[in-house]
Amino acid sequence: MNNQKNKTGKKAPFLETLIESFIRLCGISSIIFVFGIFFFVFKEGAGFLFGGLDIWEFLTSEEWYPTSLNNKRYGTFALILGTFSVTALAMLIAVPFGLGAAIFVSEFCSPKLRETFKIVIELLAAIPSVVWGFIGLTVMNQLIIAVFNAPIGLTMLNGGIMLALMSVPIIVSIAEDALKAVPDSYREAAEALGATRWQVIYRVLLPAAKNGLLAAVLLGAARSIGETMAVLMATGHSVNIPSGPLSWIRTLTATIAAELGEVAQGDEHYQVLFIIGILLFTITFVVNLIADLVIKGIRQS
Amino acid sequence: MKTKIQVSDLKVHYGNIQALNGISFDVYENEILGIIGPAQSGKTTLLKVINRTLEFAQGTTVEGSVQLDGVDIYSIRDVHGLRRRIGMVLPLPVGLPLSIYDNVAFAPRTAGMRKKAELDEIVERCLQQAALWDEVKDRLDSLGTKLSGGQQQRLTIARALSHQPEILCLDEFSIAVDPITTMRIEDVLKTLKDEMTILLVTNLVQQAKRLANRTAFMLNGDLIEIDDTDVIFSDNPASQSTFDYITGNFG
Repeated sequence: MNNQKNKTGKKAPFLETLIESFIRLCGISSIIFVFGIFFFVFKEGAGFLFGGLDIWEFLTSEEWYPTSLNNKRYGTFALILGTFSVTALAMLIAVPFGLGAAIFVSEFCSPKLRETFKIVIELLAAIPSVVWGFIGLTVMNQLIIAVFNAPIGLTMLNGGIMLALMSVPIIVSIAEDALKAVPDSYREAAEALGATRWQVIYRVLLPAAKNGLLAAVLLGAARSIGETMAVLMATGHSVNIPSGPLSWIRTLTATIAAELGEVAQGDEHYQVLFIIGILLFTITFVVNLIADLVIKGIRQS
Repeated sequence: MKTKIQVSDLKVHYGNIQALNGISFDVYENEILGIIGPAQSGKTTLLKVINRTLEFAQGTTVEGSVQLDGVDIYSIRDVHGLRRRIGMVLPLPVGLPLSIYDNVAFAPRTAGMRKKAELDEIVERCLQQAALWDEVKDRLDSLGTKLSGGQQQRLTIARALSHQPEILCLDEFSIAVDPITTMRIEDVLKTLKDEMTILLVTNLVQQAKRLANRTAFMLNGDLIEIDDTDVIFSDNPASQSTFDYITGNFG
């Protein structure tokens, strides 16, 4: 049947258009979804954002008292600092470990060991964030109390370690792909010039793979910024300007997660939580934009 | 004539496949030894054994011995130092993803040279020798990978010369180079012969005839014969297959 129709040449073009428009729809839908999410979040917060919220205070005040009876204050400075500090700490741990592991897996492993490592790393990436939060709440909490003699272990350090453990698999797998994509001829050429293994890595492979490595780091950072459950459980969830790794903090994401269920739909507090959503959107957008610009800059130079 | 490299009963296996079936020959100091033969005859493998980059490949075994100045190369601990004594030019040009300057300065730097003036001098001398200097002297900072194929090949030649090797191995260097540039590089090789020993693997039998003092003919992992180039290219080399290959009857 089909063959006959193809021979006459009538059915095929229709199928072609059908498939093409379906694929086109898939492509466009991703754009629609992003704009849709942004539109929804923006719509929920817009009323208060343009009518009543002091944006300067919102960004710079550390006073987050959304449920106060007579003096509601919506300052997210402590939350912004919380998000950034815990992400920075996580990256400080995850980037050297992640890139180091990627270099090890891609350059020093035997093929058999490499397969094992990749499976384990993928397994690590599949652990739900609430499990990491649970580990932070129990194991890491005790550990930090014991090691640092701290009154409580639910701190920025705890959250940072959890986020690092969650970002490392992403960084490793993407960075490993980037390193594997460097042609073997580069390695051979550099070795033929008498370079040691380490010289090959830092003089040839890292420069050649820098775009991919940067993408790996940024995706890891994006995961950290957006992560909610683990930091909610592991950082103490207390509004506080962080003063060191052992201070407890609260992040933007955790605030939304913890409070959105408790607010009356449509009131100021509800809208402020959505404005925090807009803020998170903006932050990730800026991070992505910077990443794009940096990569473009690298390409041009 | 002094023997520079002595290859004895060299066998190489890639897993189950035997690439070299126990070959023996000598390379004399300051000669150009042409190595010709069809594909899969083991020419490239031979070069990779000599600079010990074959250890890269998984499941490769090497038997027999290769002596460099009377020392077995597999007894040399400092493999990186050994590789710096040997310049290697691979068939497809590999510009490292660095600037032109850094490409040529790569090997001297890995050997620990840091002085700018010395590096400058090496870069200029090597690019001159590889007949590339005039084309790139104004843009030494641009990426080596942005050069054309032929330019990249000359860049790899410059790079191979940058560590002042005792032995220069060229593996079909003229594949990506135009005939005029090939001629210029061949002229360079003729003068370089006074300073180093050159192993020239080539698919162009005429190139071997033009350049080589002696020529070796390899076929399916065997060394069929090695003799003065005049003899190999005469009407009666020792082996009939040599004659057939050179005259274009097969391969």
